[in-house]
Amino acid sequence: MTMAAVLALAVGVFLVRLAGPVMRSRITVSERAETLMKRSAIVVLGALVVTNALFVDGGFAGWSLPAGVAVGGLLAWRRAPVLVVVIAAAATTALLRLAGVA
Amino acid sequence: MPHRILDRLDRGVLRDSAALIAGLFIVGVSFGAVATAEGVPWWQASAMSLFVFAGASQFATLGILAGGGGLLAGVAAGLILNLRHVPYGLAVGDVYWTSLRAKLIGTHLLVDHTAAFALAAGADRGKARRAFWTVGAVLFVMWNAATVIGAFAGRLIADPKAFGLDATLPVILVALVLPSMKDRRTLLAGLLGTAVALGTSAFLPAGIPVLLALVGLVVMWKGAGTGDRAAAA
Repeated sequence: MTMAAVLALAVGVFLVRLAGPVMRSRITVSERAETLMKRSAIVVLGALVVTNALFVDGGFAGWSLPAGVAVGGLLAWRRAPVLVVVIAAAATTALLRLAGVA
Repeated sequence: MPHRILDRLDRGVLRDSAALIAGLFIVGVSFGAVATAEGVPWWQASAMSLFVFAGASQFATLGILAGGGGLLAGVAAGLILNLRHVPYGLAVGDVYWTSLRAKLIGTHLLVDHTAAFALAAGADRGKARRAFWTVGAVLFVMWNAATVIGAFAGRLIADPKAFGLDATLPVILVALVLPSMKDRRTLLAGLLGTAVALGTSAFLPAGIPVLLALVGLVVMWKGAGTGDRAAAA
């Protein structure tokens, strides 16, 4: 790896991050547009979590990771505190692996 | 500047982000360790964490370049993975769009978890602002410290899969996103979008499927207008 690659990626990533707020600062954002943009980000985050839990390095992640995330999700749905959600998810994933589940 | 950021710290968010620290720390350590294993000097791995500050992109670019791929291919893979920050910026960009300095630093701190914490604050702009800066500052410090530690001592530290720590970061996002899903339209859009992302994950480069999830928003076309306000609150 070279510093040229690091700097090229840094500049590119910054510009990608800049695109959103620059676009929105150039228009008057209606309430409906605001709702749409918030919902877009929620949808992307949701899809990100599910795809990342199921696919790792282009292949199936195994059952223990998605199972842990699902258990945590269930607790979050029941309004459990974030710390409880996180510990339950990690414990589920760890115990399944200990039991030999991939 | 440091005291300005401290002013913006929020205790509730700080407590919630405590769990983030463990999860992010282990990923940062593993980034430093992988970089070292690939023969990348520690200062270069650190420069990447400092100036890029995007975990998935860093892993992707490093992986391709270390595997003998060209600079263009490596940087392109990292950038494609990063494109999801465009919708994030559109949704929460106003949170840090104040002074020039806040704009520049805020833009650099835009990642999955800062966007999710700001979104979870809903219509409370003050809370969204505190959440964004608190989580951003915590993550930036942790990510860079972990990279250095991983570069030097990565071999001594267990991998991210130990103790199920790889479940930490995704489940925090779940906890932050779920309340918004109580809005039926958002839930429908999320389910449809996730199905599209999953269906395309097998054959599209990483980073594109999550953007295709935006197709799920077609559910907004039906009966547009009133009664549509509670979303993302």
